[in-house]
Amino acid sequence: MTNSRQSAKTEISFTVNGAPKKVSACPMERLLDVLRLDLRLTGAKEGCGEGECGSCSVLLDGVLVNSCLVPVLQAAGTSIVTIEGLATGNELHSLQKAFLECGGAQCGICTPGMILAAFHLLNGKPEPTMEEIREGLSGNLCRCTGYNQIIEAVAEAARHRTTA
Amino acid sequence: MSTNHIVGQSVPRKEGRDKVTGRSKYVDDMVLPNMLFGTTVRSQIPRGRIRNISFGPGIDWNEFVIVSATDIPGKNCIALIGDDQPCLASDFINHPEEPILLLAHPDRHLLPKALKAVSIEYEPLPGIFTMEESERCSGIVWGEGNVFKTYLIEKGDLAGVWEKADYIVEGEYSTGAQEQLYIENNGMIAAFDSAQGITVWGSLQCPYYIHKALMALCNLPAEKVRVVQMETGGAFGGKEDYPSMIAAHAALLAIRAGKPVKIIYDRMEDMAATTKRHPSRTRHRTAVSREGKILGGEIDFTIDGGAYMTLSPVVLSRGAIHAGGPYYWPSVRIIAKAVATNAPPHGAFRGFGAPQSLFAMERHMDRIAHAVGLSPVEIRRRNFLRPGQATTTEQVIREPIDLGKLLDRALEVSDYHSKKQHFAEQSRVGTAKKGMGIAAFLHGAGFTGSGERYLSSVVGVEGCADGNVRVLVSSTEFGQGTNTVLSQIAAEALGLPYESVSMAQPDTLEVPNSGPTVASRTAMVVGKLVQSAALGIAQTLISCSLLRPGYSPDEFRAACQRYVATHGQFRCWSRYESPAGIFWDDEKYKGEAYATFAWAVYIAEVTVDLMTYGVAVDDFVALQEVGKVLHPLLARGQIIGGVAQGIGFSLYEKVVWQNGRMQNGQMTNYIMPTSSDLPHIRVFFEELGNVHGAYGAKGIGELPMDGPAPAIVNAVADALGISFDSIPLLPEDIMDGLDASSQENSSISRIGGR
Repeated sequence: MTNSRQSAKTEISFTVNGAPKKVSACPMERLLDVLRLDLRLTGAKEGCGEGECGSCSVLLDGVLVNSCLVPVLQAAGTSIVTIEGLATGNELHSLQKAFLECGGAQCGICTPGMILAAFHLLNGKPEPTMEEIREGLSGNLCRCTGYNQIIEAVAEAARHRTTA
Repeated sequence: MSTNHIVGQSVPRKEGRDKVTGRSKYVDDMVLPNMLFGTTVRSQIPRGRIRNISFGPGIDWNEFVIVSATDIPGKNCIALIGDDQPCLASDFINHPEEPILLLAHPDRHLLPKALKAVSIEYEPLPGIFTMEESERCSGIVWGEGNVFKTYLIEKGDLAGVWEKADYIVEGEYSTGAQEQLYIENNGMIAAFDSAQGITVWGSLQCPYYIHKALMALCNLPAEKVRVVQMETGGAFGGKEDYPSMIAAHAALLAIRAGKPVKIIYDRMEDMAATTKRHPSRTRHRTAVSREGKILGGEIDFTIDGGAYMTLSPVVLSRGAIHAGGPYYWPSVRIIAKAVATNAPPHGAFRGFGAPQSLFAMERHMDRIAHAVGLSPVEIRRRNFLRPGQATTTEQVIREPIDLGKLLDRALEVSDYHSKKQHFAEQSRVGTAKKGMGIAAFLHGAGFTGSGERYLSSVVGVEGCADGNVRVLVSSTEFGQGTNTVLSQIAAEALGLPYESVSMAQPDTLEVPNSGPTVASRTAMVVGKLVQSAALGIAQTLISCSLLRPGYSPDEFRAACQRYVATHGQFRCWSRYESPAGIFWDDEKYKGEAYATFAWAVYIAEVTVDLMTYGVAVDDFVALQEVGKVLHPLLARGQIIGGVAQGIGFSLYEKVVWQNGRMQNGQMTNYIMPTSSDLPHIRVFFEELGNVHGAYGAKGIGELPMDGPAPAIVNAVADALGISFDSIPLLPEDIMDGLDASSQENSSISRIGGR
């Protein structure tokens, strides 16, 4: 059984956080597992494995996806952004700073996915209303914060971006 | 020492940077060489005997590590209170998620197929699935009469009360099971070698609970068991007792395999097999005077403990002590009981029994108000506990709490009176019915009664070679802010910058037992010990003449470096001592149940849509007195997060049971609130201080779970003029309530909103 799985492996190339990567994986393996196990990018988390919680969110060619639902073959040739790709060296992204300042991260397990969902939202809507933020993050579940301080963090980051 | 206070400032979360960059390491992020993956074969029936176990074809079973109850080196139980829960069932099954066998393999993809290939023959026996069946003893499934624990709290003389009463108000209230739904599922890694013994790394709240359980299970001395907490992605009580089970399973596999074993539950297994909030039923019978004063009453509080005792006696205790709410009862009899059913054991969840009994109390206050003809505001005001008065356990309130003042402020900030009037007029037309609801409540901080004395927690603070300090506690961070707040306290005590303090990773080889991270005790009880251990460091340096009082941080660092260079390891310890004047009688359940209480008034504003029967919470005011707020941002985050879980508890989260098994163990069909479902939650603090807590802190974590459900259901009742007494209150329940009300107008009690 182990052998048959290995024999089905194929080489798949994509870009992760700007760096070209080549992995050998079964086509139907979850992108989440390839990121976490093959590339050791463990920022994407598995919360439910069925696309409900959003803690495995990553960007695939700029589109927010649940990486637990994406077969790795579908990622071939794409450009992927994970939480590890947001900061520039030691300089945090404005969203990461805002999450720290506003109390947007408590236990931290939803945080990578939540920040990427917010990143995606702000890319499309640089000055979202509070309602648009609520809507934009509603695919990412957080059990700790009751979302208020996350929403405030995203609004703060948006303000920072427009005034910076 | 520096006069810049660190306590009271919203300093950066200690581990925040790692969390926002994705660098934090949770247990599933950890990989050990040669690690196997483990899984659990569970029963498929709620109750019965195991007749035979067979391993089906199509699987190379030689590749698998297989563990059964006979492989347990020590005692086959998960040591906690009653020691009645087996680690692996050997012959008898008591609930449908009972672990029977463990399997491990290097390729985790092979585990699901192997699980399916194990077949177990049973001799099924009838089970008990409701509290009522359990009470009737229609079958005996635990002990002699299906009862894990009872408490009787008696105050005053109820005998004459019923004749004196102008009104006798009765009500029955119930709450459902609730899943903690931390976003990180439970998980553990175990490794074994004969020299060092067993080590587990995991997602957990209480390292020393696991330590104790593994010693008994593996028959190992304390020094041969090591428990390390990894970053933990939410817990809320849900990682208090069950992690001992998972650690035990991983440990047994690791011992058998001679290799490290990782067990990570998937969401469905986590929801189905691990603990949830105890379902409850509360009956109130209250004697009330014409003026709306409570004269006395009986409260019958029953919780469903599931198949094994686990933490049920303690949950029951807190529920019973909180059952009378923040009111003065001249006389009362509280009868509390935890009963057994053939469901997986229920366990700790934020609030720990209090949200259940306080839901009943606060719904009942609205019922009393209606019976007497007073407003929900006035009935509460007339019965609030005042300083000098005694609670149901005859604990005299010594702190200068003024609940009337809290209520007034909550009414003002919620614009209660004008909104209530406006909604009453507006509600005559249209399909959007609006209402306002109040809940007043209290939450005892720390362990109940003599609990803290028995725990006898120890905390260490270390002066390090580089002159910085490190806090040594087994108190765990799982989002609430343990790392940050305890660092603030140590920094404040030593007059050092916050950045000079770090937290040791909770690792039983390294940190003392500062007690479990539960019961809203960390900031208050453990914080006070950190303060005292930190002061010990400064005093030692001063008494060695390395430092003078009024030192600067630089002088401290230099002195600390010198001390370590001369004497080696530099650690100070502090052990909990029961404050003088605290008396508790475990037999009679009387006395100082808690060192202090936090107090709160919450007000909910809701809209019920008569087209969809959906309820929207439009505004939520959470006002509380929690002693000194050590970290305003984290404290506000705790309150908002608790209110959000309370909104889920009241309006969204329903566990569907069939023969003791959860049927909706997925995030698709067990619905928790999203960012679109929750209002802006407005948080207000009053700060009275508290002599028993670090810098005047009280407990904060659990309090916000207690109030939302009754406030919201009171608001729905206000909007519709119909009484609802069970949660979760889903749209279909509201539809049924409205249908029943229009059909048999007389049989349903009408309250408010007329």
